[in-house]
Amino acid sequence: MAGRRRVLPGFGLALGYTLACLGLLVLLPLAALVWKASGIGMAGLLHLLATPRTQAALRLSFGAAFIAALANAAFGLLVAWVLVRYRFPGRRLLDALVDLPFALPTAVAGIALTALYAPNGWLGQTLATFGLRVAYTRLGIGVAMVFVGFPFVVRTVQPVLAALDRDMEEAAESLGARRAQTFVRVILPMLAPALLTGFALALARAVGEYGSVIFIAGNIPMRSEIAPLLIVQKLEAFDYAGAAALGVVMLGFSLLLLLALSLLQRRSRRWAEQPA
Amino acid sequence: MKKTLALLALAGTLATGAASARNVTLLNVSYDPTRELYQDLDRAFAAQWKAQHGDTITIQMSHGGSGKQAGAVINGLPADVVTLALAPDIDAIAARGLISRDWQKRLPDNASPYTSTIVFLVRKGNPKHIRDWPDLVRPGVQVITPNPKTSGGARWNFLAAWGYALQQPGGNEAKARAFTHELLQHVPVLDTGARGATNTFVQRGVGDVLIAWENEALLAQKEFGKTAFEIVVPSVSILAEPPVAVVDANVAKDGNRAVAEAYLKFLYTPEAQAIEARNFYRPRLPDVAAKYAGAFPRVKTFTIDQLFGGWRKAQAKFFADGGVFDQIGPGS
Repeated sequence: MAGRRRVLPGFGLALGYTLACLGLLVLLPLAALVWKASGIGMAGLLHLLATPRTQAALRLSFGAAFIAALANAAFGLLVAWVLVRYRFPGRRLLDALVDLPFALPTAVAGIALTALYAPNGWLGQTLATFGLRVAYTRLGIGVAMVFVGFPFVVRTVQPVLAALDRDMEEAAESLGARRAQTFVRVILPMLAPALLTGFALALARAVGEYGSVIFIAGNIPMRSEIAPLLIVQKLEAFDYAGAAALGVVMLGFSLLLLLALSLLQRRSRRWAEQPA
Repeated sequence: MKKTLALLALAGTLATGAASARNVTLLNVSYDPTRELYQDLDRAFAAQWKAQHGDTITIQMSHGGSGKQAGAVINGLPADVVTLALAPDIDAIAARGLISRDWQKRLPDNASPYTSTIVFLVRKGNPKHIRDWPDLVRPGVQVITPNPKTSGGARWNFLAAWGYALQQPGGNEAKARAFTHELLQHVPVLDTGARGATNTFVQRGVGDVLIAWENEALLAQKEFGKTAFEIVVPSVSILAEPPVAVVDANVAKDGNRAVAEAYLKFLYTPEAQAIEARNFYRPRLPDVAAKYAGAFPRVKTFTIDQLFGGWRKAQAKFFADGGVFDQIGPGS
């Protein structure tokens, strides 16, 4: 089977290069983080985790990120659908706009969102008449997280949706499936792996987000203080080991979440590929 | 032996005389609100040094939250001098061996060439009738102050409130704690720095009163006009002493000690003191202070040494992890 040629030659070299890159750029900084965190010791870590303020911040960071990722999954799916399935003037422009949250420095996004949603901002004023406050509340944190995570779901679902065979939908229809049935039982299973990937990316992005959230959050301990802010506070109090330890805790939680999601994704892929 | 020494000394003098047109670059790591101040001071110092020694001095500035700046110096930012918001930040650098521990005794007035105090900035017409500290804890009054864990200015704010309550007739530790706790529950947004808090109050229109550095309040008033905001001076406040120090380890490395020390001494000269006054920092020299007396409202102040036994004690008691602020801060 020497005839089985790969497009790129030099598997060994490519693998070596990949490992070196991953090692230098990802694993080394993470190892340094763990090493720095080890200064705090097991007792210190448990004490840190037992503090109500740490727990509140972690709950807020992960909870808000989860909700924001859910919102992005629903909204992103809709946007991807519109961009793929319909032809309308301005579609390309809209398509290009999707990536903007990636390009914008997050602090700029945070300041813009705060200016918009502050009690004296344009949207904030209107919402205030309905008794709804966004800036300086948890809702504001969610809004910022939705903003920074938005492109992920669109960009992961879009190509899969574009490649989707319409025959399947037509077959479902001709067999008497209602529209909702076609969507839930035919289209959604095929999109699920991509949707889950997008969800996981948006979630990971939102959990670690600092720059944009900090401006809109209010930052009141126990109420609107995200875990990354707690890390920055420890740094500014020169508590480097504590900051690193909290970083490791966040990393651990994120890793667990992403592992769970990838497991779920594997199952959904099997489900999608199952002969019906 | 004596001869050699004398010769060496002579050679040294000749060498410095010969290398008259040196280029020296100093890095001054400072805190947030001093941007405008040091722009003016640096220009004046460079001109004076050039006239006296012929060297061209370039002073690079770095600004940011005081604690963050101290952290940067600890982590290797090659600052020749630090001019920060409060002594504990320089103490933290000293604790890592970069600055001699007796730094605060090397220059006059606790090594702080200028002072400031803590005042209130309120909206035009003072609609909530805020006159003094107790007005800040009235129902419905929202107070903007940054987080003392991340902002040097906010630590002065906190101690000013505490000190006010402590000095009232019948005031004691428990009452001061209760008052400060109550005050902090009126804070809807806890910014990470003094500039951020000013923006929240001025640009976003949040809150009824901003507790701020006097220099920051005067600057905001200058930028936005006296009609938009009013400054309210409380009955008593804290004397804020932003300190300066030469970073010994760094000047030893780049050989800038002489210039760096002259730079900090310059801050105490009549010329520099006048610049400081024009930038809304209170000068130390009595005759400069007298000349600019009209620019600063009269305020009764107490010092951190008088009420709290110095910064080292205050820092450990109030702002350390699990300290008083963590117990009574917003959201507690």
